[in-house]
Amino acid sequence: MTGHRARLLCIASLVAIALGAPAALAAETYDPWPGLVQDIFSNRPMNDGNDVIGIEMPARAEDAAIVPVTLRTKLQPGDSRRVVAITLVIDENPAPMAAKFTLGPDANVTEISTRVRVNNYTNVHAVAELSDGKLYVSKVYVKASGGCSAPAGKNVEEAKNHLGQMRYRQFTKSEQGPATSTREAQIMIGHPNNSGLQMDQVTQLYIPAFFVNELHIWQDDSPVLAMEGGISISEDPNIRFTYVSNGAKHFRAEAKDTDGHVFEHEWKVENPGT
Amino acid sequence: MAHGGSVLALLLMLWAPTIARAQEAELPVSEVAPGIFVHTGVTALMTRENEGAIANVGFVIGDSAVAVIDTGGSVREGRQLLAAVRSHSDKPIRYVINTHAHPDHSFGNAAFVGDGTSFVGHKALPRALAARGQFYLDGFRRTMGDVLIGEVRIIPPTVLVEDTLKLDLGRRSLTLKAWPPAHSDNDLTVFDERSGTLFAGDMVFLEHIPVVDGSLKGWLRALGDLTAIPAERVVPGHGPVSAWPAALADERRYLETLATDIRALVKSGKPIMAAAEHAAAAERPRWQLFDDYNARNATAAFSEIEWE
Repeated sequence: MTGHRARLLCIASLVAIALGAPAALAAETYDPWPGLVQDIFSNRPMNDGNDVIGIEMPARAEDAAIVPVTLRTKLQPGDSRRVVAITLVIDENPAPMAAKFTLGPDANVTEISTRVRVNNYTNVHAVAELSDGKLYVSKVYVKASGGCSAPAGKNVEEAKNHLGQMRYRQFTKSEQGPATSTREAQIMIGHPNNSGLQMDQVTQLYIPAFFVNELHIWQDDSPVLAMEGGISISEDPNIRFTYVSNGAKHFRAEAKDTDGHVFEHEWKVENPGT
Repeated sequence: MAHGGSVLALLLMLWAPTIARAQEAELPVSEVAPGIFVHTGVTALMTRENEGAIANVGFVIGDSAVAVIDTGGSVREGRQLLAAVRSHSDKPIRYVINTHAHPDHSFGNAAFVGDGTSFVGHKALPRALAARGQFYLDGFRRTMGDVLIGEVRIIPPTVLVEDTLKLDLGRRSLTLKAWPPAHSDNDLTVFDERSGTLFAGDMVFLEHIPVVDGSLKGWLRALGDLTAIPAERVVPGHGPVSAWPAALADERRYLETLATDIRALVKSGKPIMAAAEHAAAAERPRWQLFDDYNARNATAAFSEIEWE
């Protein structure tokens, strides 16, 4: 359903781009958020997320193609609710729904970092869905990059060369040795993640969209994190996250893209703990 | 008398386009070697006030034709460059060479569209313009305004350089070289053997902090081949015309420092946001526009080096 809506949003923005500059100018005065709440969240009520979900981004998108974003859950340890999913929305982007992260019920993911494209001056919303069924929202404002930076690829041939490569890395936090069960890991997927919104000025045709739309991560057979991705995720999707180890010896990731490729990999966990 | 009148009419016809264009002020240029003219851009971001004239642009005059190398950051700058060409030569402008896709080098292209003029670029330039053109137009409309940006057209090259290409301007041959990804993924340099002048585009920066929009590792690899070009002087993309290859020293030091710092950050497991804050910090006092570009260079370099 969400995928269908995201597609509708894409089409709407293609039309906007086709109409040219006036759409871009109008975007600076028109707040798209109420419309996005309707399209992406079926107008469900939005609660203040200040105590539930944090979102961190640099105030300025230094590189329009690679803007780091960190989502952090803020629920207190005793809270009976848990975060089920977090949706990241970049209001002024051509396809605003950047990603929906679904958090594994037993993985206790509290922090997710990724990188996104930012096309314009924009609000960025993080919407957390809790186990009580309610939605909580936080936002930051990001200024577009200046200069010659663009949300498009920098090294298009190289991006093709490492298509489908996957890397896993485990980090040791200084305050968390192997004695605790909290872990931090990162999955990288080589993929150009083409947006499909770029028009070839010569042929007047759009360069086809080609991006990772699904990613699942497990420790043994227990889901840690899943991502439903859109074209606002940067080239070479990169997800860094914390989780609680269940003692699993293996970490597994599976990614799918819009051309039907499936990329899978499994890694041994260092110091599985517990 | 009647005869004289028709000659005058003919002359007027021939000169009419020049007269119309001459209404635009001439871009100040200096002749850095015989037949080689350069306008040195201001070291700044593109704004309404500077009309986008931040990059070095120039032209080379041969015995039979002129080649323009980069056209500036607005059609207005392009027209001023055209006026400067016309005040030094009435030979046809056969080639307009874009050293890469960035707007400060190519937004003036529309001023040179005409019969007999070919646009020349790296084989990857059309793709880069396709992917980025509309975004650049939208973005710079915000900072430069409708008047300057409204007349900008994205004009892709029709003559593509796969590896190297020689252009003959009449007893003056330009050697164009297409580079693997470095400053961008569509960098082209232009070497005039007769005067020993290298137009390096943004493969070379002086004073203005280098901007990484292609591949940091590729750029560092390219420096060896670049140094080997037997030039006497370089016209960098930004900064003063300088002696070659000594002009490369500062850029090499910056790029090496950036790569070393980023490798250390990646190795120690630091997140990408830390790169923007810490990488190449020692270079801050040595460059103009450091705070405008270093964080972005570091971010781009981090996402490249973490794949090592």
